[in-house]
Amino acid sequence: MKSTLKRIAVQPWLWSFAGALAVWLAAVAFTGGTGAAGMLSAGIALAAFSVLVGTAQMFVVTLGPGNVDLSLPANIGLASAVAMKVMGGEDSMIAVGLAAALGSGVAIGLANYLLIRLLRIPPIIATLSASFVIQSIGISYGRGLQVKPPSGFADATSAQVGGVSLLAVATVVFSVIVAVVLHRTIFGRSVAAIGQNARAARLANIPVERVKMLTYALAGALGGLAGALLAGYFRGSSLDIGNEYLLTSIAVVVIGGTSVVGGKANVTGLWGASLFLVMLLTMLNTYGVSAGVRLLVTGVVIIAVMVAAGGRKAVR
Amino acid sequence: MQQVVAIAARRPGGAAPGLRRGLRAALPALSLLLILAGIWVLNPRAISYFGLTLMLNLAVPVALATVGQMFAMAGNELDLSIGTFVGFAGCVTATLLHDNPAAGAAVLAGCILVYALLGALIHLRQLPSIVVTLGMSFVWQGLSILLLPKPGGHAPDWLKSLMGLKVPYVPFPVLAALAIGIVAYFGLMRTSYGAVLRGVGGNAVAVQRAGWSILKAKMILFGLTGVCGVLAGMALIGLTTSGDANLGNGYTLLSIAGTILGGGEFIGGRVSPLGAVIGALTLTLAGSLLNFMHISPDWQVAAQGGILIVVLAARVLINRTGRPA
Repeated sequence: MKSTLKRIAVQPWLWSFAGALAVWLAAVAFTGGTGAAGMLSAGIALAAFSVLVGTAQMFVVTLGPGNVDLSLPANIGLASAVAMKVMGGEDSMIAVGLAAALGSGVAIGLANYLLIRLLRIPPIIATLSASFVIQSIGISYGRGLQVKPPSGFADATSAQVGGVSLLAVATVVFSVIVAVVLHRTIFGRSVAAIGQNARAARLANIPVERVKMLTYALAGALGGLAGALLAGYFRGSSLDIGNEYLLTSIAVVVIGGTSVVGGKANVTGLWGASLFLVMLLTMLNTYGVSAGVRLLVTGVVIIAVMVAAGGRKAVR
Repeated sequence: MQQVVAIAARRPGGAAPGLRRGLRAALPALSLLLILAGIWVLNPRAISYFGLTLMLNLAVPVALATVGQMFAMAGNELDLSIGTFVGFAGCVTATLLHDNPAAGAAVLAGCILVYALLGALIHLRQLPSIVVTLGMSFVWQGLSILLLPKPGGHAPDWLKSLMGLKVPYVPFPVLAALAIGIVAYFGLMRTSYGAVLRGVGGNAVAVQRAGWSILKAKMILFGLTGVCGVLAGMALIGLTTSGDANLGNGYTLLSIAGTILGGGEFIGGRVSPLGAVIGALTLTLAGSLLNFMHISPDWQVAAQGGILIVVLAARVLINRTGRPA
């Protein structure tokens, strides 16, 4: 019993949940209890998006040192535009629009992989160059765009079940599936194995390149999905809708206890870290601080948590 | 760390054909010439004293930011905050440095100290630099907005006249960029401590065993990045004459692209100061070329990414020739 407790206490994700709770309580204390449930419910809904994008980043980071997807924000922005344009405000086109957003994301993921593989450049530079190109495609594609989502889609993304966002419930289910994929399937185990030691993985006959390709494609697809859902939730697409997810996606992965050097992923931690960051923003908003202070505190807190958690360095 | 050593060891050593190395070294200059030739074909009059001065208007801050990024990369790190840092240095220049030069100078010096401390933090806690600097980019941006909520402020007069300097025969931006490159070249490539600094990126363990402090080297490398960032922000304000919290945001990507274009590598401390400056000039001119080609500004960002991809592809091709497949 004692050892179980000890094992739980050293879980990195526990601290992020505790942090989220503390920040929420601090916000509630400030308002004197009013809007506590509302804050929690809105926070959970927003956290779901961070979890979705964070999952994408987590898979890529787990591939090993240097693997990171910096094209996610551009990917999300483009996918939000693609989804809204294909849906064209028609409820009947929702599925097609979602498929288009997923397709755009997968295409971006595959492009990233090809750049890394063919040009043998570090993923950071590959995904960065790709994001330049994606941004331009987005700008040029986004001209004169029908930005409003179909009412059915907008309602679905903001629907609530007993005060909890439907999207968040779906994301929890999704996270469970991700955990199973990660820890119980050949694909998930291969991702972790490559992250731990790519050479050993290759010698063990793991199709390293195929797994890498699938991982980048999966990350792209999740980015695309997040883009479409964000456009629905915020009732309109915009190219910079994903901008905040560059830092957020990396931060939730790291704070959530996924190893920065790869090989070890933590799905539960994504939720803790996402809730923590969202609640932090909620708290700062309740306190009515300016945009400048909000950015400042976010940056400082993320660095402070990283320093406290420490970690082995990612070698590029 | 071990990975770095392994990669460094795998590099083709002195036996590498000189031709390949020469081609690689010439790649940055070749891309610059290519862009210049393109501009000349489309609009011969642009290749003149005034045309180049105009087109290279922003070359000095871009070159400074790029050289700053190069210092970070020389130590196997990456600074994703340099853009917002340039913006913050610009805001300080346009407000504090103009109104109260002593306070302004103190704040800017403090920023450089913060950079050096970041280097120490990254080394001591073994943190990935991209996460730390990504966090710092929020900090700088937040500080900029606090300092200058609305675009405004004034550039100090001496800075304006410095940036508007006219030199006979050679456009001032070209001269200034060259000077930056040469100073960085001699400092990093021709001094013994410069070799140690690059060694930290090449083989940190070896440098440490030879008795050098990696902590100190990392602090100096990041400090130099900070110095370049401050200078870039000041130069930028000297050109724009007033400040804006978002002024430097594009510089993160530009500086990374410029360093890579200039022959820098991500691992192994292989960087080239002169190449970085040439890379910065190339990227600055690329925008003008696209304008002359009547390509809409929408695609300018893509073009920067495209140039990067093409140059990297060329590098892979050069590396492959002569190597047993």
